[in-house]
Formats: sequence, C-alpha cells, structure tokens
Amino acid sequence: MMKVLTANRLGDGIAVWLGANGQWLDNLDSALIARHQEAADALDVAGQSAFNKNLVVDIAVIDVEEHDGVIYPLRLRERIRATGPTIRLDLGKQAEFKRATAA
Amino acid sequence: MYRYDEFDHDFVRQRVAQYRDQVDRRLSGEIAEDAFKPLRLMNGVYLQLHAYMLRVAVPYGTMNGKQMRRLARIARDYDKGYGHFTTRQNIQYNWPKLSDTPAILEELAEVEMHAIQTSGNCIRNVTADHFAGAAADEVADPRPYAEILRQWSSNHPEYSFLPRKFKIAVTGAERDRAAIQVHDIGLHLKRNDAGELGFVVYVGGGQGRTPIIAKKIKDFLPEADLLSYTTAIMRVYNLHGRRDNKYKARIKILVHETGEAEFSRQVEAEWEKLKESELKLPADDLASIARYFAPPKLQDRADGWASLAASKKADAAFASWVQQNVTPHHHPDYGVVTISLKPIGGIPGDASDVQMELVAELAEKFGHDEIRVTHEQNLVLPHVALADLETVYRALLDAELATANAGLITDIIACPGLDYCALANARSIPVAQEISERFASPERQKEIGDLKIKISGCINACGHHHVGHIGILGVEKKGAELYQITLGGSGDEQTSIGQIIGRGFEPDKVTDAIETIVDTYMGLRLNAEETFLESYRRTGPAAYKLALYGETSKAA
Repeated sequence: MMKVLTANRLGDGIAVWLGANGQWLDNLDSALIARHQEAADALDVAGQSAFNKNLVVDIAVIDVEEHDGVIYPLRLRERIRATGPTIRLDLGKQAEFKRATAA
Repeated sequence: MYRYDEFDHDFVRQRVAQYRDQVDRRLSGEIAEDAFKPLRLMNGVYLQLHAYMLRVAVPYGTMNGKQMRRLARIARDYDKGYGHFTTRQNIQYNWPKLSDTPAILEELAEVEMHAIQTSGNCIRNVTADHFAGAAADEVADPRPYAEILRQWSSNHPEYSFLPRKFKIAVTGAERDRAAIQVHDIGLHLKRNDAGELGFVVYVGGGQGRTPIIAKKIKDFLPEADLLSYTTAIMRVYNLHGRRDNKYKARIKILVHETGEAEFSRQVEAEWEKLKESELKLPADDLASIARYFAPPKLQDRADGWASLAASKKADAAFASWVQQNVTPHHHPDYGVVTISLKPIGGIPGDASDVQMELVAELAEKFGHDEIRVTHEQNLVLPHVALADLETVYRALLDAELATANAGLITDIIACPGLDYCALANARSIPVAQEISERFASPERQKEIGDLKIKISGCINACGHHHVGHIGILGVEKKGAELYQITLGGSGDEQTSIGQIIGRGFEPDKVTDAIETIVDTYMGLRLNAEETFLESYRRTGPAAYKLALYGETSKAA
C-alpha cells in the first residue's frame, strides 16, 4: 500500500501534496509516502488539521505507486492534477517542473 | 443592448464589496470552508482540479467590444492568457487565485458584468438564440424577455434556495437555436393570429443523468403574463420539488412524477392568484426594456453584393467560409457571422486574450459593437455588412479564427472534462481534438454536411451529449476512460434524446468508431441533401450497430 496526501491551497487553489517536512509542496515528486495503514491514518489526521487551520481545502489521501523512484498516482484524475491539462502541456506542473505528462 | 441603471450598478457594486469582505475573512481564517463555499459559489467561484475557476455571466450571450476587451484583460492579468466559452453562453477562467477574485469582479462591474447566479441552486444565466435581433427567420427579439427574467430572478429571495439549479432559455424564431426543449423552462416567442406577442411555454426538460424532453404546458402566454406565469411554475416547483435527493431535485423529475396534466393544473391554479397582481408587465416597461435592444440603424449597403460575389469567385476558401459561417440577416445587405472557436485540432471554446481583443475590435469597427456567445461555444458578430465580410474574414484568418466549419462535423461541443473539471470522469477535449484532426479536410466535411458532435466528460452532460446527432459520454470504467456513443439526439425544434448504440469504446478507438458511423451514414443516405440526423431517423440504428460491432451485437 502506498498513499500520499493531497489538497488545494486555500489562497490560490493550486494543487499541493504534503511533504516529509510537514510542508505543502507544489510538486508531487517529493511527497511523503505512507506505506502502511498507521501512516495513512496519520496523513488523514494531518490533512484534517491543515484544513482546520485554513491552509488547504479539498483534502484527499490518494493511492500511488512508485516507478523508478517517481511517484505515480493510480487514478488518471490525480495524474492530471499532478501534471496539468493533457491538452495544454505549457500549463500546470508539467510546465513548471518538467514532469512527465499524465496520459 | 441593455445598459445598467443606477440600481443595477449599486446592486453589483454592493455584491462585490460583500464578496471582498467574505474572501478577506476566509483568508484570515475567520470563516471556515463550509460556510464560505456557498458564498463563493454564489459569485461564480468553483474549485477545480488545478485551481479555482471563475465563471462569468454573459447574459443571453450578448456583450459589446468594451466588455470583450475587459474579458481579455482579465485573462491576461489574472489568468493564463485565455478563457473558455461555455454551453451556457458564459466564459470561464481556469486559473484565478481566490485572493484575486474580488479584484476581477470589480473589473467586471466596471463594464457592467458579474458572476452572480452562474452557480448554485438558483435561476442561472438565461440563455437565448445567439442570432437574436439579427436572424432573418425571427418573429421578435427574445432578449428583452431574457433581460426581464434576469432582473426579476437576480437575488430574488424566493429563488435563492431552490431544490436545484434552474435554467431558462428563450427563442424568437421557428428554428430553435437555443435548445429550449432541454431546459427547465423553454420559451418560444411567437405571434398569435391577432398579431400579439406571447410564448409557447415548455417545462421540465433537461439533460444530465436523466435526460427528458420538456412538455408544452401553454400554447400561448401573452407577453404581459411572463412573470406571473413563470412565478406560478417556480412556486409549484419550490413547494413540491424534491429536496431529499439531489439527483431527483430538478423540475423535470417533478413534472415527470406529477404528470404533465396535473402539473399544468397546479401551475394554472397558482397562476389564477398571480395573474392580475403586480407581476403583470406594464406595456411601458416592456417597451422601455425592448428599446435597449432596438436593432442598430443599418444603412443600406447594396454595394456589398457585387464585391462579395467577386471576392468569393477569387478566393475559394473565403467563399467556403461565407457559405458555412455567414447566415442570412433580416437586412439583405448584411450577414450574421459565426466566428468559429473550433480550429482543426484546437480546444473547443477556448480563446486567447489576443483573439478576444481582435473580436472586440472587429465588432466595434464592422459589427455595430455587438458580440454574441453561442451555446455551441462559438462567437458571433450579428450585424456585418456583406461589403465588409472580406475584411473581417482576412482579420479573423490571421488570428486562426476563420475556420469554415459552423455546423459541420468539426464544430464540436466539448466540456472541459477531466483536463480541468473536478466532477469529470474522463477527458473530453482530446477526444474532440482527435475527431477534428481526422475530419480536417474541408471537402470531406462539406460532403458529410450538417452533423453535430457533442462530448461530455461525465453524466452531468455540460457537453450536451444527449442532444448531439452523435453524442459521446466519457465514463470511468475499472480506472480507465471509456466512451459511450449515442446517436440521433437533437436540440432543435424537433428535440430528441440520443440512444446508446452499444458498448463503449476505449480512448484510442473512439475516432475510428465515429468514422465508421459517418461512413455508414454516407452509404445509407438517399442523397447529399439528406442530413445525418434525417437519415438516422429514417433508418434507425441497426446498420450502425452492425458496422460498429458486427453480427455479435445481435446477442448483446
């Protein structure tokens, strides 16, 4: 099992992921991966706490895999959130961080 | 077009000030998300996959050059240089910061625009025939009535907490370009034998997960009774519409479950109480609103006939654009220009800031300062002299806005789909792009003739797939995208809901399937004049099923 915590930042709505240092990151690549249930539960708690502190909205713990050290969300929806619109490669994370495209 | 009076200006300014305060309090943590979300939605601010989204109302799809320039500036200054025109004749920005949205709404208010009632369980932006006030086949301009409905429904306390959202469309022509029969209320403006104006009233239509064609509940409603009768419908709905189940809360379900006759009886009973109330529209008020929409004073420009004929002869591409994208105006020296936002392989409905500014300039110079947004995600210059068509065309051509495909197979409606939308299950835009590329040849498109493809990325049907001649619905199946195809839908005066033709197609098989359907039609049609829809209605689905699935489909 592998999960990461994602949300959208309150002020600008940009998709973010929780990093190992407790910071919300603009980029999925360095997100903190929960590898067992207790860790996943902790992500839930961290998400709720950040929501209550008005840092982020729309929190979700999502399923991922690791491919050669790169985090890969299982659902297409989450891959698109992590990269950007598949029809505008000049926009979103894929443009900012030069990640691979979603689809 | 309509100009704000002092009351309108005050109302919008107050709303922006309220909203600015709400955003400030949200960002400072004073209000929680649960309390804030309905407030931002009341001002058109959604949260999508990548960022917030702001939907700006373009009432009945009409605006002027100044407003379009402002939309362009907002795209440039607050977004990523483009906007997306929608199937409710609105525009959406995909990347605004929440913290910038009050400033954007202030910019909009300066040009008499806002984002009120573009979301939530209220009466949404009233839509109208995009050729209103210009089309040769029009009985009367439907926009004054749309404007009356807008004013009456804006912030109306009785309609601020409806069971569900509520959509009204108005047309003034026999040929229905506003899809009124798939609206909660559809109004068809016509004249009776005595020459008086009134409405055929349809109610209970809609798409979404339960597509239903509206029922005609009134053959002729005198124009003065527009508000009293609409109020009667709204009251029956507000009282009996279901609030326990979101999916059964639209008026179409109420009409369906109550039965047309009983529903109509309830409306009539309610109307009896309201008919002679203050809701009756005085003739003076009707006339003063109608004055805002008085047609521009069009000078005779008969010189255009000869010059147009010569230009068409000299340039086949121009001739083909005129044939496809220019429709008859009520003044014979003028035409109604459809500006396609469907370049081959492009994103349906998207326009850049530069393109928006060009359209504004052309409207100001050659189009009596009027622009329309169509529910088919194109733009329209409703009053262009035939003599100016070539100049307009050349300017559009340079900005990739002159694709000669209005009403053809590449003029595809597509919702934002999973590339942007938080509700979507599958992508729509790439499907539209691939189909557009496949049928790119202008000759082939023309040979195929009128064919409307409409694509939605989820069952909410923002892409109107139920009324596509060919409809495509994206679903998520076992974690992957799958596309269901429906055939035979139509959103015009002979509205029909498309029927699912068989099992769905994987993303890389959809375009082939569409091509198979088109080829089958080409083989079946009686002659080049028989459109896809006419042919499909004549033959039914059997040949299409066979072509798509082979003999095995009989077992399915």
